[in-house]
Amino acid sequence: MSDAADPLVKSPANADGPRVIEAEVYPGAIATRLDHAINWFRESSIWYLLFATACCGIELMQTGGPRTDLDRFGAVFRASPRQSDLLLVAGTITYKMADRVRLLWAQMADPKYVVAMGSCANCGGLFQRSYSVVCGVDKIVPVDLYLPGCPPRPEALNEAILRLQEKMHGERWAAKMKGQA
Amino acid sequence: MNVVQHAADRFMRWAFSVDPATWPHAWIVYAGFILLAAVLAVGFVALFAGPVTWLERRVAGRIMSRIGPNRVGPQGVLQWLADGIKCFLKEDLVPEGADRTLFRIAPYFVFGGMFGAFVVLPFGVHLVAADLNVGLLYILAVTSLVVVGLLMAGWASNSKWALFGGVRSAAQLVSYEIPSAFSLMAVILFAGTMSMQGVVAAQGGWPWDWFLFRNPFLFAAFFLYFTAAIAEGNRTPFDLPEAESELVAGYNVEYSGMRYLFFMFAEWANLWIMSAVATVCFLGGWQIPGVSPAEVAAAEGLAFVGWQALSFLVFAAKASALILVVVQLRWTVPRLRIDQLMFTCWKYLVPLSFVCILGVLALMVVVREGGTVDMILRAALLIFGFWAVVEYARRIRRTYLADKALYERMEGKAMWYPPYRMP
Repeated sequence: MSDAADPLVKSPANADGPRVIEAEVYPGAIATRLDHAINWFRESSIWYLLFATACCGIELMQTGGPRTDLDRFGAVFRASPRQSDLLLVAGTITYKMADRVRLLWAQMADPKYVVAMGSCANCGGLFQRSYSVVCGVDKIVPVDLYLPGCPPRPEALNEAILRLQEKMHGERWAAKMKGQA
Repeated sequence: MNVVQHAADRFMRWAFSVDPATWPHAWIVYAGFILLAAVLAVGFVALFAGPVTWLERRVAGRIMSRIGPNRVGPQGVLQWLADGIKCFLKEDLVPEGADRTLFRIAPYFVFGGMFGAFVVLPFGVHLVAADLNVGLLYILAVTSLVVVGLLMAGWASNSKWALFGGVRSAAQLVSYEIPSAFSLMAVILFAGTMSMQGVVAAQGGWPWDWFLFRNPFLFAAFFLYFTAAIAEGNRTPFDLPEAESELVAGYNVEYSGMRYLFFMFAEWANLWIMSAVATVCFLGGWQIPGVSPAEVAAAEGLAFVGWQALSFLVFAAKASALILVVVQLRWTVPRLRIDQLMFTCWKYLVPLSFVCILGVLALMVVVREGGTVDMILRAALLIFGFWAVVEYARRIRRTYLADKALYERMEGKAMWYPPYRMP
């Protein structure tokens, strides 16, 4: 499809700018609108847990700093898992730490999300042949988003937060609370 | 005068044409009006506490060379709504092994203690729920309920961090209540009344009529009260009950969602309470410069409403200025150690507040009100206070300009926000 034919793209053919295609009204429309609003609030306030096990943690700290300011998106750190929405697994997880990660995840209040940050959390990374390293944090907790890099730059983590917001936007809160989403 | 009762009486005469003193159903209307006043106060706290969290995060961002929340609403002003609604939608966890009943009711104690203070806080000439003749004593007493709530939260959580945090905050709040109460005692002695409206009425609209500049010992008492009140509000540099590096999150470590929100709500409400009490006791309260209270009280109809609104604006402006200072302090000063905290209270603040009381009494006896010595003292205090405010503004401007110059040198373009926008 060319640009001229696409109503969503601004082009000489539709100089007024992108046109909004009106949604068909169906019985769940109000609930969808409500979900839209709820999701907008939820995704604008992602509080992440202060949890870092390796060098990715340094990048995580950077991301809260002036250059890539996560607070712009309403994402601030909380020290307590009870109050946080997002578990950023930043770094290598050893078998000894795996229990703790699982516990921290279990202590978080629903709805909760997990981002595996960096190669080590994704697949064990540099240390996957080691006797003590969990090869991928998805073996112990459900992961919503994999963020590659060794370690990922703060910009990448910023992008991950934005992607997580996109993911949250498509969810239904009630279903998520029941653990179905 | 009890304002709520007065309003209810007028309403009954107007709506039902009955005499409220003899009408048997008057209590229903009274109850309704009390409920209305409470709802108004809760609404005010909510509408105040929310935007101030946003303001604080923006100021923090400015101090840390960041931007702060700017995505939800214009410049992020609706960030508090997002945080609040998200917290309400989170799961309400009660940890295993916790004392379920105590765990659930503790936030209400904290909130109730804070909210109780709003009964006597005056917002304007007649804008006060009840002008108790022991108003200041009542505020000191009812905010002590917070200690019970914090200890309850710490104990019921069945977590060592929460218990440490609860016990620490109990120790801190009980200690710092003494200097704050004694520095307010100096005001009570000077004004000769404990009623909040009475203390305001004893002052004037212009800065030289404020208690702050009336007596050198009251000037000192203001800073003692301010320091002690920051400590009572668990704010940096005295936020030891919530020190992340030592205690994870202190007494609220096991709280999630709505109940955590209640704790935060109480903390921000306390910010208003401490600023409002300092404004009432030292900064002239709602007194409009150049207008006497008698003139305001005599006004009727639309003029009455206008004066009320103006007095509220004056009061809110003074309190907001204090709040801004507290917020800046929080992001500038490092946290104290627990022994330094107790040291500060018992070895400096408590003796100094006693000195303030004695000094105020001595000056009241020795120096004649309106005499030459009194006038010289007041003029000197006023000049000093004026200089302090100018210096404060000058320093902030200097830091801002230095920051701006540095940014422009590094990036080769103008800073991302013009100076008229929020920090």
